[in-house]
Amino acid sequence: MAHHDFTMPVTEAQARALRVGDTVTLHGTLYGIRDRTQIEMFDRGRSTRFDLAGHAVIHTAPNVRRVERCARFPAGYEPVCVGTTTSARMERFTRPLMERCGVRFVIGKGGLQEQSHKAFADLGGAYLAIVGGAAALETTWIEAIEDVDLDDVNPESLWKFRVRGFGPLLVGMDAHGGDLFRDVAARAQARRDEVLASLGAAPR
Amino acid sequence: MRVDLQAVEEIAKALYIRAVKVLPADVKAGFERLSGTETQAGARGILATLVRNIEVAEATDNLTCQDTGIPIYNVTLGRGVQVDGVDLEAAIRRGCERATREHPLRSSVVHPITRVNQHSSCGIRVPVVHVSFSEAPEELAIEMVPKGSGSENNTFLRMAVPAEGIAAVKAFVIDSVLSAGGKTCPPTIVGVGIGGSADLCVHLAKVAATSRPLGSRCADTEGAKLEEELTAAVNRLGVGPQGLGGDSTAFAVHVELAATHITMNPVAVNMQCHAARRATARLTPAGIHYED
Repeated sequence: MAHHDFTMPVTEAQARALRVGDTVTLHGTLYGIRDRTQIEMFDRGRSTRFDLAGHAVIHTAPNVRRVERCARFPAGYEPVCVGTTTSARMERFTRPLMERCGVRFVIGKGGLQEQSHKAFADLGGAYLAIVGGAAALETTWIEAIEDVDLDDVNPESLWKFRVRGFGPLLVGMDAHGGDLFRDVAARAQARRDEVLASLGAAPR
Repeated sequence: MRVDLQAVEEIAKALYIRAVKVLPADVKAGFERLSGTETQAGARGILATLVRNIEVAEATDNLTCQDTGIPIYNVTLGRGVQVDGVDLEAAIRRGCERATREHPLRSSVVHPITRVNQHSSCGIRVPVVHVSFSEAPEELAIEMVPKGSGSENNTFLRMAVPAEGIAAVKAFVIDSVLSAGGKTCPPTIVGVGIGGSADLCVHLAKVAATSRPLGSRCADTEGAKLEEELTAAVNRLGVGPQGLGGDSTAFAVHVELAATHITMNPVAVNMQCHAARRATARLTPAGIHYED
């Protein structure tokens, strides 16, 4: 299990080199997206002026404070608390994110499913798991909100963050069929009947 | 005691901000307990990150989790407390809105059909305000729960029938935890409602998940036995912190009961993620007291 430091964006080869259990730390640009952002982009045909090719997107909708634009707050937003939301709701958007926008990494919590798996394998990408609910810590890895697009759906805007030392993140799904979440869920499911029997609740 | 509505507004504002920043002492103790018993290295690492996050939140006066949740205010009116209910609800709503705009906090609340966000954490019937009553003399207690969506989205109700017995209840809890996996940000508090009507059953599950401190027990002996048994069982599944494996799937299973109909055997599960946030204040003639 290796550790990788990436200054974004990355190439397909770099994305394919990752294996589940590896850890990753990101530097430079990171894009924040959410349910509504992707509904606007992929169901309602809206486009973004950002070039996401080779980049990582994180499932987030941050707490922000509106401030005067200045060198420190170029988008007029100060990050207050930036955390990560449950990825599974946004499963169907992984492929369009990769196919149409060239995204390489999806960062989230709780894992993704089968369609995303196939997208990572077909197109060369990975799911990077963050520790969900650790937003105060995560916020210390954000240097600035550099820009924002689709801001009419705020807080579910498309956020452009500048990050330094964003991680370590755990490679939870890779381009080779590896999936830590699926493996844990399968082992837990296999224990179900034994656990139910211990409760005197075995299926009749 | 005649309730000062301006004080209620201030309390409603302060409690929302306090709840998202400072975890209750029993939850912090819960992390310590799990860190001591967890056998898997990866899971221990995740628990250490979560403990570090709580420290960073306190040191930087920041939110522990970005999800400001659906705001819920549980109001308990003691003996001899006089207040106009409509005014009370309006004061809470103003406090909730002010916390959102003045801190600021992310408004996570939208119209369910248009999905329009008013950026106030308020909307139709939100904040949720529950009113109950107590024997406490001259005391108005308000508990604020910012209920995160990752755990709320894993809420389940099953109208089982008497022929299925308590076995159906137990199996439903286990299957709900399996189905939630890592989506609900384990380690969780698994709230289980048993009995009542359908709506009461879900409400009891929510109370069990969000309002009961860790270490508390169900007031009913049978319920207390069941929650102990289910806590051990859930933690044998191996889901672990974040769904990445380990012994620490749940801090606890909490059970709350209500009498039910002869033909019914309802069970509901509502989960609380590890950011088990709640804050309480008591208003008495002596002033306002915020609980640790």
